[in-house]
Amino acid sequence: MLRYFLSRLTSLAISLLVASVVIFLVVEVAPGDPASYMLGLNAQPDTLAALRTELGLDVPKPERYVDWVTGMLSGDFGMSYTYRTPVAQMVADRLWVSLPLALLALSLAVLIAFPAGLFAASRRGRPGDIGVMAATQLGIALPNFWFAMLLVMVFAISLRWFGAGGFPGWAEPVAALRALTLPAVALALPQAAILTRVLRSALLDTLDEDYIRTARAKGLSRRQALWRHALRNALIPVLTIIGLQFSFLLAGAIIIEQVFFLPGLGRLIFQSISQRDLIVVESVVMLLVFAVILVNFLVDLAYGAVDPRLRSRA
Amino acid sequence: MKLSLMLGAMLTALFLGAALLSFLWTPAEVTGVNIAARLRVPDGTNLLGTDHFGRDILSMIMVGARTSISVAVIAVGIGMGLGVPLGLAAAARAGGWLDELIMRGNDLVFAFPSLVIAILITAVFGPGAVNAIIAIGIFNIPVFARLTRSGALSLWQRDFILAARVAGKSRIRISAEHILPNVTNLLIVQGTIQFSLGILAEAGLSYVGLGAQPPTPSWGRMLAEAQTMVALAPHVAVIPGMAIVLMVLGLNLLGDGLRDALDPRMRQRPT
Repeated sequence: MLRYFLSRLTSLAISLLVASVVIFLVVEVAPGDPASYMLGLNAQPDTLAALRTELGLDVPKPERYVDWVTGMLSGDFGMSYTYRTPVAQMVADRLWVSLPLALLALSLAVLIAFPAGLFAASRRGRPGDIGVMAATQLGIALPNFWFAMLLVMVFAISLRWFGAGGFPGWAEPVAALRALTLPAVALALPQAAILTRVLRSALLDTLDEDYIRTARAKGLSRRQALWRHALRNALIPVLTIIGLQFSFLLAGAIIIEQVFFLPGLGRLIFQSISQRDLIVVESVVMLLVFAVILVNFLVDLAYGAVDPRLRSRA
Repeated sequence: MKLSLMLGAMLTALFLGAALLSFLWTPAEVTGVNIAARLRVPDGTNLLGTDHFGRDILSMIMVGARTSISVAVIAVGIGMGLGVPLGLAAAARAGGWLDELIMRGNDLVFAFPSLVIAILITAVFGPGAVNAIIAIGIFNIPVFARLTRSGALSLWQRDFILAARVAGKSRIRISAEHILPNVTNLLIVQGTIQFSLGILAEAGLSYVGLGAQPPTPSWGRMLAEAQTMVALAPHVAVIPGMAIVLMVLGLNLLGDGLRDALDPRMRQRPT
């Protein structure tokens, strides 16, 4: 297990290193100097030079890369060009919206998909299964931001059960959860559809295995065999998808935040792009990529825990 | 299951037809602003109603289909064009450093969801349809590379490949002449699925303003513009969304149907 862990950890470190170089290079080739953008067309050359020094733009690129990475490792994401506040602080504030939203959506998706997938698999080929599968086809085709708009039309404008947007802050936990409910549902449903299909087909694959026949021969009912033996063995592909979905949920949250006017990471990114606050874009993108790589690393570790065969293969 | 294939093919043909037709004819001019006729509900003159500028929604949906389909098709083309050769190369050198390099590169691209790639590109080059294509296309590369590699790996074990090697063919020739034709079915099916994901991604990108820019009609931006008017004129927000759902649903059904039809093993198991 230790060797497996170490090999995964090495690949995590390499991925992060390469990702940081790619992001830095891409943002560095961006046309337009942030300093001259901030000062406008009539900037005096000496003011420009002073601002460039202040923002650290006159330092050679390799040195700036090292500063950026070592800074991030110690929690210093740099200073926003526009707001002159630490990026880490801006990100932390927004993270309290985006992360709960993504986690809430993920939990909802799992809560919907597990019963639905088990139900469909236990009724393979019968009307219940066909009904669930038809519903998932529709769910997959649904753009989450449009579904969000429909939810607003029904539950906020017509029924007035929820607000149409905005976020009151976590000082009022109940109101905050209410504000995140519709966005989370909008994010969760299309993901739940995908997860249901994966769980169903993984279950059907394991149901064909010999050990299921053995379990049935020993007197277990179909349902018992499904719960005790098939479900556990079907978890590997399901875990992979949950890991991949987390990255889609984070990215999806960026779009959904626009529908509900939530002050999350998505809003921060779009604001920073329009203000050419590139250091914020750089750091937030790195953070998103870090989150995705980290989740996939955890999923890999979870594989090792679920399936002992994978430990030795590393 | 034949039914879903038919339904999928029909929906796909409908939107492809509408997109092609829009080059020659649309019921009304898509840039024709007519404030007096704004936010009309569907009726005889405007079959799907008009938007807040009085533009005919049916015409905009038709031209929007053109935008969506061209972005998605080119993005799938980029993904296949680069991903398939990479996958073939990785499988031909399975276990070697080239294989390792390609697969690690794939993992890395997977860590940047298409939206994040789009954000990076937009931050650098500004928004636009071309950048949306690149963003979706880059994300498609690892999908096709992975699929091609896994399909090719099992083929390399087969006797007819061994025969080709004994006959003295190079790995490159074997990949092109024997492996590639045998993974085409897989590629067609995955291509359909990536096509539908491309439509969804394009809609999402143009919704947040990173896709095709005005005045080019696109489904995602129609929804963004409709958002402030959902209370006044729900049809403006509902219709473009329906178009996206039907197009994506059609492609997914087509993809599933093709997989069942092209893969004889799938016929035995009712899915």
